[in-house]
Amino acid sequence: MKVIETDKLTKKFGSFTAVDSISMEVEKGEIFGFLGANGAGKTTAMRMLCGLSTPTSGKGTVAGFDINKNPEDIKKNIGYMSQKFALYEDLKVWENLRLFGGIYGVPQKEIEPRIDKLLTTLGFMDEKNTMVKALPLGWKQKLSFSASIFHEPKIVFLDEPTGGVDPATRRQFWELIYDASDRGITVFVTTHYMDEAEYCDRVSIMVDGKIEALDSPKNLKSTFNVESMDEVFFQLARGAKNE
Amino acid sequence: MKKFLVFIQKEFYHIVRDTWTMIILLVLPILMTLLFGFGISTEIKNAKFAVYDPSHDLATQKIIDKIKTSDYFTLETYIDDPADIETIFQEGKIALVIVFSEQFYENMLHTGDAQILLIADGTDPNTASTLTSYASRLVASYQQDQMGATGMPPYQIHTEVKLLYNPTLKGSYNTVPGVMGMILMLICAMMTSVSIAREKELGSMEVILVSPMPPLLIILSKVIPYFAISIVNFTTVLLLSVYALEIPIVGSLFLLYGLALLFIFVSLALGLLISSLVDKQIVALLISVMGLLLPTVLLSGLMFPIENMPLLLQGIAQIVPAKWFIVAVKNVMIKGLGITSIMKELVVLGAMAVVLITLSLKKFKIRLD
Repeated sequence: MKVIETDKLTKKFGSFTAVDSISMEVEKGEIFGFLGANGAGKTTAMRMLCGLSTPTSGKGTVAGFDINKNPEDIKKNIGYMSQKFALYEDLKVWENLRLFGGIYGVPQKEIEPRIDKLLTTLGFMDEKNTMVKALPLGWKQKLSFSASIFHEPKIVFLDEPTGGVDPATRRQFWELIYDASDRGITVFVTTHYMDEAEYCDRVSIMVDGKIEALDSPKNLKSTFNVESMDEVFFQLARGAKNE
Repeated sequence: MKKFLVFIQKEFYHIVRDTWTMIILLVLPILMTLLFGFGISTEIKNAKFAVYDPSHDLATQKIIDKIKTSDYFTLETYIDDPADIETIFQEGKIALVIVFSEQFYENMLHTGDAQILLIADGTDPNTASTLTSYASRLVASYQQDQMGATGMPPYQIHTEVKLLYNPTLKGSYNTVPGVMGMILMLICAMMTSVSIAREKELGSMEVILVSPMPPLLIILSKVIPYFAISIVNFTTVLLLSVYALEIPIVGSLFLLYGLALLFIFVSLALGLLISSLVDKQIVALLISVMGLLLPTVLLSGLMFPIENMPLLLQGIAQIVPAKWFIVAVKNVMIKGLGITSIMKELVVLGAMAVVLITLSLKKFKIRLD
């Protein structure tokens, strides 16, 4: 089953084409890596998929809803986590989770038990009443991810979720991503780290607003006849104009 | 509805858990009211004056008695030589010199040519004009006494309009409505714009906008806490004025609150408008202070009378919401006038509210394009 489908999705700002006619399909439960250099158009493309930005032209559906016609319905079925913002620092762990549960419409009665269950699974029950600002960055990001899928969305969009985190913590973070994927949540993730690209089921690489490659990491490496995703990325990005 | 409440609660947590925010919101208004009410005051008490009185007759003696027994003046000394007047000012001990013409009493009775010259230090024009106006009022009241006693022809009595509603000449009558305007502007416009800009800066606004929460509810939940706090603050200032500054509320309390609500809407809309234009807290803060607070303090008539400003500034003063609010509060609270007296102010503030709210809602970026 396809949860994301786009057909020649395009976004222009004036004469600048940020996203240039991208077409792709993402399967339910898939971990889809969305790679590209800074300025390649990843964020703009992701915003269109999240219903935050209207496409200039092209079509697309996310979680079965039309990007152009029903962005509000899309919002109910997705989760979103950005690198920039993890959680409110001046709220306690459970207050943050309740807030995000609340605004995504998790029924009031279910919120409390879900928080407890989640924190128990993460082994984090002791910190339930801790202010988020007192937590280490790695934990904040794990919690932030948990908050973004707290309402069990069909798809979760992760915008460079592991920026500034050490490799060990990144590894733990990816275990959470696998868990979510196993539960049937589609994970759409942008990243700068090429080792992370290897963890994805399939990746797309954007250059100058276009998707230049889309396949599993294994196939991409054999197509380009290289050893690592790093080299695949380097070969493609070398020709970019919008660095 | 539930998610709306959770969201408002979150906003209150932000406010309550930040010491500085709490100080600005709750302590600052009290300090400002007391400071402006008691400390920064145009009121004058026990100003020292000197007298040059070549007549030394019944009338001059009575006038001097009248002035020196008032709360505003204390007699420091008599001068024997007019040449000393300048020296005495230069020493800086005296605020006012009263000079009587010769044969004052005689002239008052017969020729009508009794003259008094009031000399004050013009380097501080505000004080000087206040002093001379107090003194001439006291002289006028002496004349009035005489008129009743001897049935002399009526004198032209000069009374300033300001004194009509402020019989005890309290400076705080003038400052309290201004302080209200300042505090409401500070809390509604500045705090709202900064708190929304903070969400943009943190990136949380993006996360919230991706959520199914309607943008209108997002704005409302950001605004409601500050709305509630400003009502509390308005009440605090009213209580302080009545009980600490002893300014009675003459007019309708209901109307006063209505007026405050209208002004709060205008201020909140200004805060929203600022936050929709900027992405950084510091920019929101600067715009609020330079663009809203300073005009409120300088151009609303709180500090300087608008009539005395250059034409250009008078024009700018007309678009300062606090200007209209202050006039209306004075009319209702101090003069005790009804709604008909402030129709113009209500219409202007109402129009400002409608325009600003429409504009800021339009500007608020639902989608982050």
